[in-house]
Amino acid sequence: MDINAQQVNGICTLQMEGELTIYHGQEIRDGLIEHLAANNEIELNLSGITEMDTAGFQLLLAAKREGTRLGKIVRFVSHSQATLDVIDLYSMAAQFGDPLLISARQ
Amino acid sequence: MNMDQALQTYIEESRGLLDEMESILLRLESEPQDEETVNAMFRAAHTIKGSAGLFGLDAIVAFTHVVENVLDEVREGTQAVNGELVELLLKCCDHIGLLITVVAEAGEMLDMEQAAAGEAIAAVLRSLMGGAASGVAMPAVQEPRLDASGGGPIEGDYWHISLGFGPDVLRNGMDPISFIRYLSTIGDIVSLRVDDSELPELNAIDPESCYLSFSIEFKSEADKKTIEDAFEFVREDCRLRIFPPPSHLAAFVERLEHASGNTDMLGQLLIEAGILTSNELEDALAAQENTMAAGGGAKLPIGEVLVKEGVVQKEVVDVALEKQRQIRDHKAQEAKFIRVSAEKLDELINLVGELVIAGAGASLLAHRSGDVALHESTSVVSGLVEEIRDGALKLRMVEIGETFNRFQRVVRDVSKELGKDIGLEISGAETELDKTVVEKIGDPLMHLVRNAMDHGIESAEARMAAGKPAKGSLRLNAYHDSGSIVIEVADDGGGLKKERILKKAVERGIISPGQTLSDNDIYNLIFEAGFSTADQVTSLSGRGVGMDVVKRNIQALRGTVDIESLEGHGTTVRIRLPLTLAIIDGFLVGVGKSAFVVPLDMVLECIELSDADRKAADTRNYVNLRGEVLPFVRLRDQFEVNAAAGKRENIVVVQYGGQKAGFVVDELMGEFQTVIKPLGSVFRHLRGISGSTILGTGEVALILDVPALVQLGVARDEQMVMHGA
Repeated sequence: MDINAQQVNGICTLQMEGELTIYHGQEIRDGLIEHLAANNEIELNLSGITEMDTAGFQLLLAAKREGTRLGKIVRFVSHSQATLDVIDLYSMAAQFGDPLLISARQ
Repeated sequence: MNMDQALQTYIEESRGLLDEMESILLRLESEPQDEETVNAMFRAAHTIKGSAGLFGLDAIVAFTHVVENVLDEVREGTQAVNGELVELLLKCCDHIGLLITVVAEAGEMLDMEQAAAGEAIAAVLRSLMGGAASGVAMPAVQEPRLDASGGGPIEGDYWHISLGFGPDVLRNGMDPISFIRYLSTIGDIVSLRVDDSELPELNAIDPESCYLSFSIEFKSEADKKTIEDAFEFVREDCRLRIFPPPSHLAAFVERLEHASGNTDMLGQLLIEAGILTSNELEDALAAQENTMAAGGGAKLPIGEVLVKEGVVQKEVVDVALEKQRQIRDHKAQEAKFIRVSAEKLDELINLVGELVIAGAGASLLAHRSGDVALHESTSVVSGLVEEIRDGALKLRMVEIGETFNRFQRVVRDVSKELGKDIGLEISGAETELDKTVVEKIGDPLMHLVRNAMDHGIESAEARMAAGKPAKGSLRLNAYHDSGSIVIEVADDGGGLKKERILKKAVERGIISPGQTLSDNDIYNLIFEAGFSTADQVTSLSGRGVGMDVVKRNIQALRGTVDIESLEGHGTTVRIRLPLTLAIIDGFLVGVGKSAFVVPLDMVLECIELSDADRKAADTRNYVNLRGEVLPFVRLRDQFEVNAAAGKRENIVVVQYGGQKAGFVVDELMGEFQTVIKPLGSVFRHLRGISGSTILGTGEVALILDVPALVQLGVARDEQMVMHGA
């Protein structure tokens, strides 16, 4: 799991690569806390996520809520299929209220 | 249906119900919380009342109605159960019993005194009711909520699954995602809502813990068990609630109503109908235990727990409870007995008796004919006849427990009356004996029990002073012992005082002063007519009537009674009765041309009388049996059989009541099924013979009265020893 941060126009873009799973829970959480503290707007690019489980999902959800609490913007973009599947399964597209492709699942 | 017969049935049934009520009441004293017992009692009263109405027995209806009302309040919990109420209700049982005897059975009215007593009880009952009625109305029981946390009320015709995961589920390598995915293979997830309210702030999150719970609307044809099984692997780690679609409710109710009736347990019923899964039942039972521990011993009914935990809807539980009641009622009816008139039974047993005799005749002929095949088939027939005989006799056998249990009440009442604390211990209640014997043993037992409580067991102070527990103990015990049943009435009281008995006996002229008696003989003095050692005559005993009647009653049943007593430690009265009155296994012996039957149960062994002993037997009536003195009776002399003694003689060693004796006979002829034909009253004074029987050849054999003969042998032996000394 890698998180690559890039500052573009005052927005911190976090490119996440690899497995967003319980095995990397601690480092993802710490990374998210660190970047949230340092920036006012964060964009998480999920295109590189190859796998997400409930632990990862919880962290994303918590990051979003943390942003709202701190008055900061946390946004998810370029969801990979792996993340879409979980968000879909949990019917949480609304909470991840970002441009999101509606999957074909009925 | 014959009305008289119906009424008879009603009377018997009501008596049974009253007995049941009484035993419940006695139990209620020790465990007042038990709801089911109160229900059973209410049902009993209700049945008595309802059926009395059918027969127009208004007096019974009126009285039972009041009782029923009070029981209803007890059932509802508005009437507290305490010693007084139990006492009162016991009186009610007695009064209903009286009403049944007088009004239903004899068709008369209560006399003034009885009616007044009944009215007095009813008045107390009504006053109890009044107290409750003037009080504040019971607050309505709050209806438990149906919807589980995180889930809305049930909408649409879908399964509703409420799923809360434990924090460790992720750490254990499980992921809710996979379970939900699996779920979608057995049906459609119509909607799913994630409840993330437990999710803490980001920096407080333990990334390995699960904080989510779900509520799912699920459309599936699968049954509850299948759905539950989807979560099999996380059962330990999740809180699962599965609510059936509303349309299923009707189906559940229907399935419940058609339940097989194999079980009357509520939980099992619900499982059978597919409403509950066994896992859910286990959880609910655990919850029940927990609330019981927390609630100070009060046990919630399982149905209530299930509703409270939100596992099953209240409506379903109500239906299930109703079904459960039906099954129980049905079972109670099934468990009842077939009523057969005693006459029919006696007729059957008589016939079996004739069959045994005829069978013996047939096998004798077969034996003589020398036809092996015929012999074989008759022996099969005799085997079967033997079984039929045992079966027929067993029909008359009843457990003595019922008789014993009646004494619970007696002991309770009498100990109150006497101001003594006495507990009754019952053992051997399952011991069986002939019904006619049971009926006749009740009165003698009553005398003995009352006597033991009144004279035997001392006052609490005296007991304490003697270093015994203040609570006296009375023991009723029964067991089988060599063809007889032994009933013991034992107390741990002061025991019999020999000097006082002797003094009294001399006073009454029963014995002459200076006469020396064995302990046993002294104790037996209390069975003499007009004998009482009690210094005070109480209402219960001490008037000197009783013990002699007890002895006579028991002797009339061909039984014996003896006493064992240890001063300061208690007294045991032991009644020994023959098991049956009709057919026994006998041992056939011959003296000259006559045949005699010894009840086989009492035969210990047979030995040959040696020549040396035969010679010596002219001067003494005992032999040396392996170093033991065995007194014997020569049947030839005893019954004056006029035939020369055979070449050889045998001794049949018998035992009765712990004493051994031998009967000297010529011939040992083996086992023989013996149908006892009582001797006519002309022969009543014949000693040593208890009855007669018919042999296969049509000849008559006399049945030996072993107890009397043993007594005779032992007494003679003692005399000779004394004279010899």
